[in-house]
Amino acid sequence: MKKLSYILIVVSMLWLAACAPTPTEAPAEAPAEATEAPAAEPKTLVVGFTSSLTGKLEVSAGRQAKGLELWMNEVNGAGGITLGDGTVVTFDFATYDDESSKDRVQELYTRLATEDNADLLISPYSSGLTAAASIIAEQYGKVMITTGAAADSNYQQGYTQVFQIYTPASRYLTGAIDLLKLLDPDVTKLAIVHEDATFATGVVEAAKEYAESLGYEIVIFEGYAGDTTDFGPFINKIEATGAEAILGGGHMTDGSTFARQVYEKDVDIKMFALLVAPPEPDFAELGEAAYAVIGPSQWEPLAAYTPESAAKAGLAWYGLLSDEFVAAYEAAYDEEPSYHSAGGYAAGLILQKAIEDADSTDPAAIKAALDNMDVLTFFGYTKFDTTAEAHGLQIGHSMVYIQWQKDADGNLVKQVVWPQAGATAETIYPIP
Amino acid sequence: MEFLSFLVDGLLMGFVYGVAAIGMSLIWGVMKVINLSHNVLIVYSMFGVYLLFNTLEMNPYLAILLMAIVGLLMGILIYTVALHRVIDAPQLSTLLATFSVSMIMTGVATALWTNSPRNVDFSLGSISLGPITLPGTRVVAALVAVLAAAGLFLFLYRTRPGRYIRAVANNRMAAEMVGVPSNQILALSFGLGAMVAAISGGLIATFFPFNVLSGMNYQLKSFVVCVLGGLGNPFGALVGGLILGALEGVIPIFIETSWVPVFEFGLFVVIIIFRPSGLLGAKQ
Repeated sequence: MKKLSYILIVVSMLWLAACAPTPTEAPAEAPAEATEAPAAEPKTLVVGFTSSLTGKLEVSAGRQAKGLELWMNEVNGAGGITLGDGTVVTFDFATYDDESSKDRVQELYTRLATEDNADLLISPYSSGLTAAASIIAEQYGKVMITTGAAADSNYQQGYTQVFQIYTPASRYLTGAIDLLKLLDPDVTKLAIVHEDATFATGVVEAAKEYAESLGYEIVIFEGYAGDTTDFGPFINKIEATGAEAILGGGHMTDGSTFARQVYEKDVDIKMFALLVAPPEPDFAELGEAAYAVIGPSQWEPLAAYTPESAAKAGLAWYGLLSDEFVAAYEAAYDEEPSYHSAGGYAAGLILQKAIEDADSTDPAAIKAALDNMDVLTFFGYTKFDTTAEAHGLQIGHSMVYIQWQKDADGNLVKQVVWPQAGATAETIYPIP
Repeated sequence: MEFLSFLVDGLLMGFVYGVAAIGMSLIWGVMKVINLSHNVLIVYSMFGVYLLFNTLEMNPYLAILLMAIVGLLMGILIYTVALHRVIDAPQLSTLLATFSVSMIMTGVATALWTNSPRNVDFSLGSISLGPITLPGTRVVAALVAVLAAAGLFLFLYRTRPGRYIRAVANNRMAAEMVGVPSNQILALSFGLGAMVAAISGGLIATFFPFNVLSGMNYQLKSFVVCVLGGLGNPFGALVGGLILGALEGVIPIFIETSWVPVFEFGLFVVIIIFRPSGLLGAKQ
């Protein structure tokens, strides 16, 4: 019995280690840049957020935080926002490492709201962490812009202070199904294999419902743990059921692993669309296994949102162009921005627009401005649901779908393949 | 035929679980130390192979050979620094010592390489046998697993240091009385365990993407394999790995794959209750 207890203690420790394997970083506040000109009544707004500097969400969360930091540096560097009464508003950050942990998020957002006196909040990365932060934002009446948080459920809780930048999860994969329908109306069998997490589950449940409404048969609908490394059983099931296309995935590591194993097993499928992983620049590291894989993206540098397209759509344009964002990001961080980076920047930009529209730093006025937001930026169209059922849900923005293809030199490059209006290349179909 | 396809895939994975567990089984069996730094030894080897492959364009299998030597040296170093002084203390002390090593090395790895997934873009093609497709890298991994188990077995049963290791495992005090240098033998045992962990990490890197946290999954599986196969016997660990792999391969035919861990760890608990020495270990 002693030995049994001992072994059980060991296994418990391992589970604990798996949950929290990385050290905590000390809270770090980004230095605010000095404003260019002295103003009569300068005011610095504190923007609070946490970022997963460590833990499993580190990659995407890090890029999101860089985008946000770039926005703050640019707006402060340009002298801040001048309100009608002459007040010059600049920004400062209060930020912590949440270690990719929900518990830490709740603790840290409480600290941001109470001890750091953050005026405004930005969400952490991922739907799961944002759900935890949203409760705190609502509890303390702080306006929070969410980015990197697509699950619809977070905006169906009756919150009034939380506003979503991303296209909701329910519309993440529906475009891929539309694309498949257009390319090959004869396909009937789909396999949906997804990470068992808030975000991915929300995406695939909506995709399943949509696919079934179009007459598709979902031959597999299964989830996997985020740390899964062996997708062999799923792949064998896909082959056994005769599925013609695969949809699913979850985050970067599991998506990359799944894609590589589908390639190595030479699975006979016509289309393969995964969440999150394919739009990441690092996905190309898979080599041939990345070829022809499709992924929904919140934003791509190729996406052509301009003042002209805004005028054409009858929308107001705000902020910088995609090219300008890409150039500034690459100059600052020496890496290509992903949609997480753009989402971070866009969260700050929308906040800036709301303050300008409100012509005030009063939280109620900023919230009212967000409720009325109807604008096109480099990130796309932004408009929030204002109904009681889904307040703050993003209803303007839509996804673009990229596919990894090869350029003339045989190098892997991303191409936009959907929507058709924004496509930069024909879809490679079926997968060779 | 469908069953065969699931089974073969599971068995190929089982060889990898087996080789990953051999190192833990050896250290646990000989030293009575549960090595919670097993995961980082696997991960460091993955990154070693990745870096050698991408920067020096070295063949991954040559890189694995180098990482095996690095693993041996790392193991001896970890023993000397973290374990030697507490080796005679209660088992909880050695457990916490290796756990601390794991946390430190994970922190260093995160700082060096971030948590981004990495991939060794290397392929040996695939072998098709009817409806069964076997990726070449997985087949090679299975062969290397058998070779590693056989090599370790021969070392333990056919060489003087191997006999010393078995002597220390059976009765350390008696071994010391007949002149076996037990401290050096314990360091060598830990080094050998680390070396096999490094081999498994390198093999896994040739067919799965990974990040700095990927070793934890294999460490957990190694526990189940050690309980299944018994401690200290390389072939026991290999057979334990195959049983685990077969279960993982076959269970999803009947129920959703997410149920697999329930069966795996259920079996783990049943075995430690009714046969604590493992299915292939000596009866107590």
